[in-house]
Amino acid sequence: MPDHLLELRHVSQVYRAGGQQFPALQDVNLTLDDGEFAVLVGPSGCGKSTLLRIATGLQVPTSGQVLYRGQPLHGVNPRATIVFQTFALFPWLTVLRNVEVALEARGVPPEERRRRAEELIDRVGLDGFEGAYPRELSGGMRQKVGFARAMAVEPELLCLDEPFSALDVLSARALRGELLELWTGGKIPTRAILMVTHNIEEAVFMGDRIVVMDKNPGRVVAERRVPVPQPRAMKDPRLSAVVDEVYGILAGTTQPEPVELGSAPGEPGRLRALPDAAVGSLAGLLEHLAATPGGRHDLYRLAEDLGVDSDHILRTVEAAELLGFATVAEGDVALTPLGETFAEAGILARKEIFATRIRRIPLFRWLLELLEAAEGKRLRDEVVVRALALEFPAPVAERQLRVVIDWGRYAELFAYGEDTGVLFLEPTEAPTSR
Amino acid sequence: MTGGRGVRVFSPAHLARQVRAGDLVVLLVLAVVLYAGVRLAVGAPAWIRGPEISLAPSALPWYTFLSLLRMTAAYVLSLGFSLAYGYKAARSRRAERFLLPVLDILQSVPILSFLPVAVLALTAFLPERMGVELAAVFLIFTSQAWNMTFSWYQSLVTLPTELREASSIFRFQPWLRFRTVELPFAAIPLIWNSMMSWAGGWFFLMAAEMFTVGTRDFRLPGLGSYLHEAGEQGNLTALAFGLGALVAVIVVMDQLVWRPLLAWADRFKLEMVESAEPPRSWFYDLLRTSRARDILWQKVLAPLDERLIRGPVRGPGSPAPPGRTRPLVWALGVVGGAGLLVGGIFVVRFLAALSGDKWLAILAGAGATSLRVAVALGISLLWTVPVGVAIGLNPRAAGWLQPVVQIAASVPATALFPAIVLGLAHLPGGLNLAAVLLMLAGSQWYILFNVIAGARAIPQDLKYTTSLLGMARGRRWRVLILPALFPYLVTGLITAGGGAWNASIVAEYATFAGQTLTTPGLGSLISQATADGDYPLLLAATLTMIVLVLSTNRLVWRRLYRLAEERYKWE
Repeated sequence: MPDHLLELRHVSQVYRAGGQQFPALQDVNLTLDDGEFAVLVGPSGCGKSTLLRIATGLQVPTSGQVLYRGQPLHGVNPRATIVFQTFALFPWLTVLRNVEVALEARGVPPEERRRRAEELIDRVGLDGFEGAYPRELSGGMRQKVGFARAMAVEPELLCLDEPFSALDVLSARALRGELLELWTGGKIPTRAILMVTHNIEEAVFMGDRIVVMDKNPGRVVAERRVPVPQPRAMKDPRLSAVVDEVYGILAGTTQPEPVELGSAPGEPGRLRALPDAAVGSLAGLLEHLAATPGGRHDLYRLAEDLGVDSDHILRTVEAAELLGFATVAEGDVALTPLGETFAEAGILARKEIFATRIRRIPLFRWLLELLEAAEGKRLRDEVVVRALALEFPAPVAERQLRVVIDWGRYAELFAYGEDTGVLFLEPTEAPTSR
Repeated sequence: MTGGRGVRVFSPAHLARQVRAGDLVVLLVLAVVLYAGVRLAVGAPAWIRGPEISLAPSALPWYTFLSLLRMTAAYVLSLGFSLAYGYKAARSRRAERFLLPVLDILQSVPILSFLPVAVLALTAFLPERMGVELAAVFLIFTSQAWNMTFSWYQSLVTLPTELREASSIFRFQPWLRFRTVELPFAAIPLIWNSMMSWAGGWFFLMAAEMFTVGTRDFRLPGLGSYLHEAGEQGNLTALAFGLGALVAVIVVMDQLVWRPLLAWADRFKLEMVESAEPPRSWFYDLLRTSRARDILWQKVLAPLDERLIRGPVRGPGSPAPPGRTRPLVWALGVVGGAGLLVGGIFVVRFLAALSGDKWLAILAGAGATSLRVAVALGISLLWTVPVGVAIGLNPRAAGWLQPVVQIAASVPATALFPAIVLGLAHLPGGLNLAAVLLMLAGSQWYILFNVIAGARAIPQDLKYTTSLLGMARGRRWRVLILPALFPYLVTGLITAGGGAWNASIVAEYATFAGQTLTTPGLGSLISQATADGDYPLLLAATLTMIVLVLSTNRLVWRRLYRLAEERYKWE
């Protein structure tokens, strides 16, 4: 069997914090062959960017092996490079110097690196901007510099970390086309591309193979080939079919309620992380669904209709699922009668529905019991974070608290003093008496 | 600071405990080091003849040059130390846990209290002149290094992840990483801190150059001793010349070194937008167009740079096997710990020899000096708050007042001391007054600058709101101005307090026209003990001052600071 260009074997990444272990990646196996363009997709927090860093040797996994052309990788892979989401240009260097510096690190003599840098800048269409500083360029142009710099080291393995997500829609589209042209035209010495994105449409449009990841813990849940040769048309129904399928995999199928809700902190069983979704977005989604005949919708169309990215849609849908406002099956989302009621209700009625629903979530039940028992029915936010930090990594715990506060305040279950950092039950309300 | 709106970040309780334990260890180390210095000092000559100081104006350039040389030597030392220490602390978790608390304490210790011990110890085994020279450079170094180190360390750890990752994925060598990534990112804060360090250095240089106690004349030929001699002889013209030379040097340094550096470093701003008012420097513009610079770059620096880049490529990032370094670290730790313990026992035994009277004197002295510091800070607050707010809220006033204030503040307080003593020596309790005045001169500017900055930071819409609401003057101060100033005031007071304590060492003891003037206090006790060769007293008084300042910092200022950070910050 010929060696793969890149092979990840049983890669796991575990973060330790305060005596707890949090698996960021669990037993990931992945191969990439010569001539392949693979794309990692998945919700935020599934470890896809971590996986990219492990693949290039920037980060050493807790366990598992990274093989490059059959050889174990030690340190940063000299034949790989990354194009970063935030460009990672040095703001104090001109466009030319930003590209040159990559060659400088390789020990290319001054005259030659200047010549090669100018040629590359020319090739990405930034001729005339050599002397400009990154701050003078638009996002799209900055990313072109990022590409030119990556090309400068003639990488065999080109890694792209959400390279288009910080760009406006038109620049992103143009740059995608240009990259595909370079790649499929064989104009660059790159042998394989590994891209990370949370934009499913983009992944399917560009990649030969889609690797779908999920979180808690981060792992690969499916792989799909895209059976359409480049150049592809955006509206190709064969592409839409793959997009639909990937959405279906990611959104999963609504489980029976006890499974969806999980268990409370400290109890046996899995504590369910609340999806990071704003109440406003949730209401917007439900209203949109209610306005659709039949209350049923393809997930991928939803992203298009609402003009938000797939990550956002998936988080909001997850919240709707958790609260029993919608169900998901086979990449379709459907409104429940409760969801319909919510969508049609007025402000106060909505709050009431929302409150009764989140009371069923073990995390909220636990928090309310804690507040009831607390002295003066007040609790410092750090106490809650500390308790949550036993279940989640610290940054996730802080984000969870933010969602809890956002939802809880909307439902008027409790109040929160921003400057004191105290959660408290309002005396006028007596949640337990109901 | 991290932590956005909403959920605030909190520091885990164990961190606070750890720092407190670290405090004690570092204090012990300081005590042992001071003890070693004091033991060495026993061998110091009892009578030290100072240099002949000429008051002729023609001697001034030479003295100025010598002073500048000492400053430069200390600064180069500080910079080297900062880079190495900062790298170490930023690169190794374990080192960081130890190095940061150490730095934090060293930063708040009253450095000038080390002066007597340092000069005595060094003159004991080195030729006198050389010993004092080294002590001076060492002292300036200890006043300059810490904040620069903090700034460099801060920059290293706050380097954006993307830039760090980019330099790793493109495999930058250490030199390329330093000059392309780390130095540019750190440049602006490092330059500002260098300016601060340099200004602080003048204070200590003056003190070291004019240091004399009893029959020991530790003076060094330089601007400080020139001023001292002028005060001693009551030569007003020479005093004016000396101060003029000092101000001239400070202004020239500002124009030829710091402004150009700031103008140059403006390109390293991380913001992705053009700044409205970039710092300008005529000297920098001149340099930029000079041919000599081009030649220097092409013929010397560029080839050197190429050589450095081609230097050792950092090997693949496989970490060193941890098994081998551990035992060594442990062994070192055990040896160091044992040494500390033994040293600690010696310190205690040495101090036990001190009579109860002397401890009482130390206590009384501590009280007297604390009182003086408090009075100086109080007076500073009284005038700087209204004046600072007036300047800060009124851009027109700021336009012409700011440079005046800056020049006034640039004169190190210790340089004024001879003039102050000359003016007040004949008054009853004159030195007491002089001491407070010197402390004032050494502390008020920190508060003033912070008040101005605080007043400037008040958002315009809030100023409009208070005027629209027709708030009365007093109410406006209570509701808007004082809360807005609070964090700035705390910052200013911390620095000012340190300055005042430092000043006490030179302020409470003066030799003037052949006679010795003292006013009771911890500073005069330290000087008196130096003059008399009373080494246990010297150690005890120095340690007392350190502990006093450190505990004030920990118990009062730090709490206020935390309050200020949490409650009174614009977001």
